Order: sequence, then C-alpha cells, then structure tokens
Amino acid sequence: MSATFERGYNAFKEILDAPIASFFSSCVHCGLCAEACLFYTETGDPKYTPIHKLEPLRRAWQQEYTLLGKLAKLVGLAKPVTDAELAEWSPLVYDACTLCGRCSMVCPVGNDIAYMVRKMREGMTAAGHAPEGLVTATKRAIQSGSPAGVKWATVEATIKRVQKEFGFEVPVNRENADYLVLMSSWEILNYPEYLGAVGRILNRAGATWTLAQDAYEATNSGIQIGASDLARELVGRIVGAAERLKVKCVISPECGHAYSAIRWEGPNLMGRPFGFEVKHILEVLDDLRRAGKLKLKGTLDQPLTYHDPCQISRRGGVYEQPRTLLNQLAPQFREMHETGTMNWCCGGGGGVSANERAEPLRLTSFKRKKAQIEELGVKTLVTACANCRVVMEEALEHYHMDIEMLGLTELVAEHLDEEDKHV
Amino acid sequence: MTALELLTWARGPGLSIALAVCAFGILLRLFEIFGLGRKADLSRPRDHSPGSGWRTIVSRSLPPPGMVKQAPVTYIGGYVFHLGFAITLFFFVPHIELVRGLTGLSWPGLPTQLIDIAAVAGLLALIAVLASRLSNPVKRFLSGFQDYLAWLLTFLPLATGYLAFHHLLIDYTLALALHVLSVELLLVALPFTKLFHTVSVFVSRWYNGDIFGRKGVAS
Repeated sequence: MSATFERGYNAFKEILDAPIASFFSSCVHCGLCAEACLFYTETGDPKYTPIHKLEPLRRAWQQEYTLLGKLAKLVGLAKPVTDAELAEWSPLVYDACTLCGRCSMVCPVGNDIAYMVRKMREGMTAAGHAPEGLVTATKRAIQSGSPAGVKWATVEATIKRVQKEFGFEVPVNRENADYLVLMSSWEILNYPEYLGAVGRILNRAGATWTLAQDAYEATNSGIQIGASDLARELVGRIVGAAERLKVKCVISPECGHAYSAIRWEGPNLMGRPFGFEVKHILEVLDDLRRAGKLKLKGTLDQPLTYHDPCQISRRGGVYEQPRTLLNQLAPQFREMHETGTMNWCCGGGGGVSANERAEPLRLTSFKRKKAQIEELGVKTLVTACANCRVVMEEALEHYHMDIEMLGLTELVAEHLDEEDKHV
Repeated sequence: MTALELLTWARGPGLSIALAVCAFGILLRLFEIFGLGRKADLSRPRDHSPGSGWRTIVSRSLPPPGMVKQAPVTYIGGYVFHLGFAITLFFFVPHIELVRGLTGLSWPGLPTQLIDIAAVAGLLALIAVLASRLSNPVKRFLSGFQDYLAWLLTFLPLATGYLAFHHLLIDYTLALALHVLSVELLLVALPFTKLFHTVSVFVSRWYNGDIFGRKGVAS
C-alpha cells in the first residue's frame, strides 16, 4: 500500500492512547525537555525542543479525541494537520531525535516524550515522510535479512575467521541450546571480535549456544522508522528461529535498539509473550558472573570510561551490570558526570545513524559527548552498542580526538581466566 | 449591581456554577483520556525494579541532578509559585472556613503573617516565570495565547485576594467579589486549558513511572 497523508493521519489516530492523551494534557510548556535534549543544547535552536517535535500529533489528538477540539474543528477554528506540515516535521522527528528518552526522565509532569516520538513515526512513515536513508535500510532488511545488506555468506566468512582465530567451532542451527546468539550488521562487518568474544565466554562457562542461519541479524529498522508491520516481520524471524531451535534464551548483541526491539517491543509486535527469555549480552555476562561461571584475571590499567547506550541503560534497565564488570576489570574506571540512566546519547541512535540527511546535525550534537569525554581526560571509551561505537568512532575522527573505543564483551573476553580450562 | 450584590451572586450561584463546570469538565477530560485505553504490554517485566508509577508520582516532584543549575528560574520560580499558591489556598483560615461551610471538613490554618508571605512569594514567582516565558527563547517559542491566559487566571486570584486582605486600592467588598469571581474563572478554565495538569499530572507521571519501572528504571 502506498504512503498517503490519509494513511498517516489514520495511523496517528490509531496510535493515540491514554498515556499520550495524559501527556499532552499535562504539558505546561515549561521548556525543560529542551534542556535535556542534546539537539537543543548543542544548537540552541528552540525548534528542537522535544515536545515541539510532536506538535502535529498533539493537534490530531486534540481535534479527534477532545470535546473542545472537535467543536473547534467543526466550526473551522482548529488548524488542521496537513501533509506539508508533516513534511516539514520529518527532520524534527527523525533527524533530531534519537529516541534516547532523556527528556522523558526530566519532564516535571512525567511526559514520556520518546514513547510519543516512537509512535508518531508510525504516522510519518505511513504518510511517506520517513527519510530516504531509513526507507532504504528497512527495505534491505526485509529483502536480504539485514539493513546493511549482510547475507548469510558474509556471516559464514565471519564464522570461519572466528573459528580460525580462536580454534572453536561456531555452532549453527543447533537445537536445544541454552542461548541463541544474534549479531548486528556492524558486528558482522566491522567487529567480528564480538562473535569470538561471546563464543569464548559461553564455551568457558560451559553453556551451549548457537547461531541461526535464518535469524542472525538483531537490528530492526522497522522499529526505527516506525513501521510496526515491518518490525513484526523482522522480529518474527528471530522468534521463529528461537522456537524452532527450542533455545532457552536469545542474546541481544551489543546494540541498543535491537534490545528494545526484541526484549520490549517484540512480544507486543507478535501479540503474545515469548516462551524463551531475551537478554542483553551484558545481562548474560552478569548472570554468568553471579553463577561463578565467569572467571576473570588481570586488569586493564588505564583510565577509561563507559558510555551508556540509551536503549540499554535508560530505556532498557541494564546499567548496573556494565559497572560491576568494569569495576572488576578496570581499576581506573571513571564515570562521566551525567551517566547511567541520565547519560547523554551519542547522537546517532533511533535510526539517526542510518539517515544521511541527519549527518551534520549528528556531528554537531556529538559535542555534548565530546565535552563529557574531555572533562574526564580519559583516552579509552568502553561501550556496549555497536551503533554507538560506529557513530562515536566517526565523530571522534571528525573532531580529531585520539580516543580508543572498546566493546565491553570483547574486553571481558580478553580477560577470561582460561588456565584451568578443561575441554 | 452593587459590589455587595456582585459578591452575593459570586458566593452563591456563581460558585455553584463554577464548581459544577469544573467537576463536569474534570470528569469529561478524564473520560477522554482513559477512554482511549492502552494495549496490555506483553513483554515480561523485570522481577525487581527501583521504579513504578506510584513512585514517579512523588519522585518527579524533585529535579534530576544538574537540572536546577540549567534552568534555575523555571525550577525555583515553579517551586515558589506552587508552594505559595497551595499554602495560601489551603491554609488561609477563611478558605478553610469556606470549605467547612460547604463540606463540613476542616483542618488547622496558618497565621496570617505566614499566609501573607506565601501569597507575596507566589505573586513574585509568577511575575518571574512570566518574565522568563517572555525572554527565554524556548519558552517564548512554545507559548501561545493559552499559556498567557493560564498565567493571568492564576495571577488574578492571588492578586485580588491580596488586595482584599490588605484593603488596598479598591473597596473591600468589591475586592472580595472580584477575588471570588477570579477563582471561579480559574475553576471554569481548569479542565479545558493546560491548568488541567493539576489533575492529569498524576496520570502522566504514573504512566511514565510504569513504563520505565517495568524495564527496571526509576524515572
């Protein structure tokens, strides 16, 4: 079905629910959400105020679902939402929001603005106002299984490299394993060390695991663009594989929105709870540590800090686990000033990194992270999201900053105590 | 119509109408919100969470670390106004007497000197937040007619109450009549403007806390 304004407006009507109605009802225009948003703080432009990004959706709510709004519409006093307006709002909704949800933590009346932007994107996509970069990535994900066009042959090449380097077999399509391991395109293409790290850790812990040939990609462009039908199709592939292979737990990789997509949106997209668990790799690492199955040795003796991926910490609840691991591994681990669930985004989440149109703004918004890193004076930055990592590596390059980036899983694997290994 | 007649109307039929419109409006608006419903969340919530809807209703009254420094006028002005307004509204003895006359409920009041301080602080804070709304680029950008109307409707009861109490500028009876009428305007507008946040804030904060809480985040 082709995108039209009517479809978009109907999608607005469809997604409006009691939480959103209460949020719009409560807004007092205090402007505090702007102070929490890096797109405002780094540009100083009031149009980037988070609640303003929802203005067309707010008017749709008012005119469709409130008595006074309906009356105003009836007598021609209400300003209707138009297609031109949605086109104008597209850069605000897609380029200037990473769905990081920092504003949702700050709003004094409790408006979850990120929740609303995520939903508003459903209408924007249906109306044909999603940015080209995200549309292409979503089409590729549906057609080839990955937004970057990564096919199984590429995964196989990665598997071979890992097997050669670490000397263990990467299980594929193995039934009844404890864990189904997923990757993001970034990990397959740029950071194959992730698969090596996970394999070493799980093998050392005596856990069984597998990859699935028909569900290796964890990312979900459907979530980022705001197309629930496509998001369902992508999540459905993972759910299908997990159920077919009868695994106990699906491990979401070092990717922020993939975790949101599978862990929190997944069951809602599929319309049923899952019979298996979904965990982020950091949760699995922490489970293994607590069970005494993650034995580490040595430390990384250099000052370093941790960047919380928004979807994993603030929107995912995984903020203690990385700290427990880092406190064990890095004696000189230092926290940024605003961190954990109040961290600042890398600037490229929520589909922004796949949206070429947003690039100049994304680099500008990185100034906040840049200032945070410079304040600490560290030269090593650890994170647990391949997208954050790529976005930050590019921005660090852009700003000529000499900072090394590490994935936390990889760091853990490098410090595995394999001395009393018995295979 | 004399000032006394105006006061008599304001205290009698005027108040009844205003209270009825306010009550009906609040019920209507709540129906409009809850009538939209929300889909059950099928994702498995975390076993333990430091957050919840109820917790956020309370905790969201406190600013997140660092935010007061970033927006001092909004925070301090907001606190002083809300506290000043609430203290004046709920602890001025004549107000308690009015409630007692209507419902039979009563509670101890505060000395008038304290009420006086609270009212003046509330008025000054309102002037400060208005100045901030006009000068701060974000607030100015976001503001429309309704924001200034809501400000005026909040300012008037405090201002007319202050004039009446101190017998300043205008005749006491007229000042009191205007005071009661301004409160009635506020009551009538409350459900249909952003002033409705007085009620909906409990709903929106609850949803926020619930959404974050099930993910294991205290919001």
